[in-house]
Amino acid sequence: MSLLEVRGLRATVADKEILKGIDLTVNTGEIHAVMGPNGSGKSTLAQVLAGNPAYEVTGGTATYDGKDLFALQPEQRAQQGIFLAFQYPVEIAGVSNAYFLRTAYNEVRKAHGEEEVDPLEFADLMEERLKVVDMDPAMLTRSVNAGFSGGEKKRNEILQMAVLRPKLAILDETDSGLDIDALRIVANGVNSLRSKDNATIVVTHYQRLLNHIVPDFVHVLSGGKIIRSGGKELALELEAKGYTDSASHSARSEESVARSRTGATR
Amino acid sequence: MTVAAPANSYAAAFDTLTREAPVPAGVQAKRIAGLHRFNALGFPTTKNEDWHYTSVSPIANAGFSLPPERTDEVRAGQLDPYYFRAENWPTAVFVNGRFSPRLSSLKNLPAGVRIETLAASWVTSPSLIDRVGQVATNEGYAFTSLNTAFMYDGAMIEIANGAAVAGAIHLLYVSDAAADGGQTHPRTVVAAGRHSKATVIESYVSLSDAKYLTNAVTEVTLADGANLSHYKIQREGIRSFHVGTIEVRQARDSHYQSFSLAIGAELSRTNVYTTLDGENCGATLNGLYMIGGDQHCDHQTQIIHAQPHCFSRELYKGILDGRSHGVFNGKVYVHPIAQKTDGKQTNKTLLLSDQAKADTKPQLEIFADDVKCTHGATIGQIDQQALFYMKSRGVNSETATKLLTYAFAADVLETIELEPLKVELEKLTLERFTSVRTEEVD
Repeated sequence: MSLLEVRGLRATVADKEILKGIDLTVNTGEIHAVMGPNGSGKSTLAQVLAGNPAYEVTGGTATYDGKDLFALQPEQRAQQGIFLAFQYPVEIAGVSNAYFLRTAYNEVRKAHGEEEVDPLEFADLMEERLKVVDMDPAMLTRSVNAGFSGGEKKRNEILQMAVLRPKLAILDETDSGLDIDALRIVANGVNSLRSKDNATIVVTHYQRLLNHIVPDFVHVLSGGKIIRSGGKELALELEAKGYTDSASHSARSEESVARSRTGATR
Repeated sequence: MTVAAPANSYAAAFDTLTREAPVPAGVQAKRIAGLHRFNALGFPTTKNEDWHYTSVSPIANAGFSLPPERTDEVRAGQLDPYYFRAENWPTAVFVNGRFSPRLSSLKNLPAGVRIETLAASWVTSPSLIDRVGQVATNEGYAFTSLNTAFMYDGAMIEIANGAAVAGAIHLLYVSDAAADGGQTHPRTVVAAGRHSKATVIESYVSLSDAKYLTNAVTEVTLADGANLSHYKIQREGIRSFHVGTIEVRQARDSHYQSFSLAIGAELSRTNVYTTLDGENCGATLNGLYMIGGDQHCDHQTQIIHAQPHCFSRELYKGILDGRSHGVFNGKVYVHPIAQKTDGKQTNKTLLLSDQAKADTKPQLEIFADDVKCTHGATIGQIDQQALFYMKSRGVNSETATKLLTYAFAADVLETIELEPLKVELEKLTLERFTSVRTEEVD
């Protein structure tokens, strides 16, 4: 079933247009990889879907789970099951990880008319979810991301995901800055949370994450548009040929389509 | 701006005080000296550099009378929110400037602690007055001389040499509805003996929205090796005025830790002045002020490094909402002989609204050449990226703003070593801006 339908999405940041007409359909049970060179708009797409107010949607539509996505506040999107794993998780000195996680968990429960859980119940839940990312419980008493290493921050993102159990997870360059062990832990976490009822969008610059989180679809973003879509083998091609070749390949294929059309007319 | 006329009303009030509340000759002599000094100084104007950002004309023009005689209207239960849930602490309660034995619990004092209430004790032991005015002299400060002129009651706390006192000694200065239009001038004297360790809390609270003036003076001495934690909790009524001056003198190897919380009063000014008058002393002056509406809150600290090998640490944080105005002025003087001084001062302000205003002024005067003194000040708003991060986890704007505001104050709250007080102030911080508007950050 269709979970997210994006049509003709255009978005600007600081009056500069970054997304220039994105079409994307994500069904439950699917993993989509969005790849592309630096500055192609990958992260912008992730931020826009999560509702970052620094980005302005200037055109197009997005339907999430039957609702108009852009009519929802960021917190409402999260409460409805959208989760963005940040490329650069924000440090919040002074708020403990456990307190933040419990607050978020309870806000989501409240939005669904469920009872809030008390700290003791939540501790039990955490004990189980920590295993998803193989994380030391001591991390819970520390301030949110403050003084965490790059790998710890990314793991903490996946821990939050494990607690909130989103329907649509968007991983924004979660692999950047991770060593191979951390990459494996993060990928295992994501895979273990996968089900036929949820979907994942993996935004990444490199193919290597996709060895661990195997996508059903790969989209190549360039200049604010999706210029190619394909199966998981497309990621390997990109890795081998680079984004520049792939972009010219796309241009060629459009050209050949045009030529064949011309031929038909003639 | 001249304020001669109101000064005359103080002269009239002084006559009334002298007539209706006679005191031993030694006390009266000090009062008269205070009045003369005050008359010579007058209220400070904004031309006075120390009062540049704070106009006290609302105080000068109010013409406050003396507080009423009655003291027994307060029910014990009314004070429950102010005890920090630690009722075994020795507590002296003053209502509208007068000691209330009924509301206080000064029996079973810990070993090594002596507490006298001034109005009662300087009648029975006239020499007690000699302890007053040793550190807080009238010379430069109009409000200190005004306090001396009108001092009526207060407390003297003495910690014996070598005593290690658990918990805290709590002085609770309460104003109730009867304080309306009145003024009180509480005087507190704290003497920490050699190598003693103790904690003193001064609370200033209001049980009503009366308009009144509290002008408190606290003088503190730390003998060799003494360690004193001193908390000042200012929760005055929202229409009141509060001026509180703490003057401290430290002997060698002593450590003075001060924490000033200010959330009440329409206009408040807290002065914390310490002189590091022996080698190897330390002073840690921290503070947190959280104001909104049209509140004005000013802190001035002054650390005089008079001897070598001393350190000072300052961390003041302000959270300003509405059209409030927060002021911080941190003075550090390093005398020529005070080599190896290690000083650090930080003032950070969080603005929650576009109309709130902050003034911060570090003022370092260093006359020694081998010292390390730093200062830093920042004024900022809620971090939009952090706000979005929280919202992206399902946390609504109001809760996210509240948590980020709390987070801003967390490190200075963390310095509070007295657990029941820390818990209470953390709660207070979380609740202070619960109804904070968030539309501008959506």
